[in-house]
Amino acid sequence: MPRLTRYFIKTALLYLALALVLGLLLAARAAFDLPAEFAAFSPVFFHVLMVGWAAQLIFGMLFWMLPKYSKEQPRGNEPLAWSAYILINVGLVLRIIGEPMNTVQAEWNLGWLLVVSAVLQLIGGWAFILTAWSRVKER
Amino acid sequence: MTRLSVWTVRTALLYLGLGFLLGALMLLQKGLPLDPGLLRLLPLHVEFVLLGWTLQLAMGIAFWILPRFSQEPRYGSLRLGWSAYLLLNVGVLCAGTGQWLGISPAVFLLGRLAELLACLCFVLHAWPRVKPTGG
Ligand code: HEM
Repeated sequence: MPRLTRYFIKTALLYLALALVLGLLLAARAAFDLPAEFAAFSPVFFHVLMVGWAAQLIFGMLFWMLPKYSKEQPRGNEPLAWSAYILINVGLVLRIIGEPMNTVQAEWNLGWLLVVSAVLQLIGGWAFILTAWSRVKER
Repeated sequence: MTRLSVWTVRTALLYLGLGFLLGALMLLQKGLPLDPGLLRLLPLHVEFVLLGWTLQLAMGIAFWILPRFSQEPRYGSLRLGWSAYLLLNVGVLCAGTGQWLGISPAVFLLGRLAELLACLCFVLHAWPRVKPTGG
């Protein structure tokens, strides 16, 4: 299993655990009448689960399993794939911090965290698509 | 990888790219309000990332990797596979744009119907291929 795949999958597993903790918090809010601010974690919960866990697990598996790009470069453009890993994760962490804070403490003006997060995740996602695209082919 | 898988996986990657773009636009709007209309992209984003990307990718990989038959047609019914691919994409586009633009509810309904039929075709294609390898 390539190193980048291990990074993708282990990071995905950490996000899975975090998503379940967030899911528990959201359920606890309803059950114990906790402050309404907890609901600000709802979009973060979805995206930790679907970007952090599901998409990232898929990226790791695709990087490993897709047909080889060439003999010399079996996994295609590896630096681009690594940059996808870094950009998506930095972007997602900024969202995890920025989105609830921006909702709960609007006066702190942390909106820029979300702007940076959006740009990083977008470039990261597109970088992964570029590396995967050329490996999706008939043999 | 069969041609059907190439098309399905590449289309899934396109939806991933579009879905991330729509998500990024909404997140941008949450951080730096530019145009509140951007948040109306939500149903299109959800349709693209959940069905266009995640479901479609799973289908594309399944067409490729499920056990094949030892005799032709080795990949089972490709007609069912292609029908699933076409119906899913008509469905995603109709259901997504129907909700986003708020056009006639019939478009949304038609989209959901196409998605349901796509899943039926996929199940009929995949069912006999879920078997021990060989044979
Ligand atoms: C595979 C990837 C993704 C999946 C499956 C996904 C799924 C979803 C879902 C289900 C919702 C609706 C949540 C709700 O109704 O509360 C949503 C909302 C949203 N998504 Fe995504 N998403 C993905 C990627 C992204 C990315 C990469 C971004 C940003 C760069 C993003 C930004 C947003 C935003 C801003 C919302 C609206 C949140 C709100 O209600 O305030 N999404 N997404």
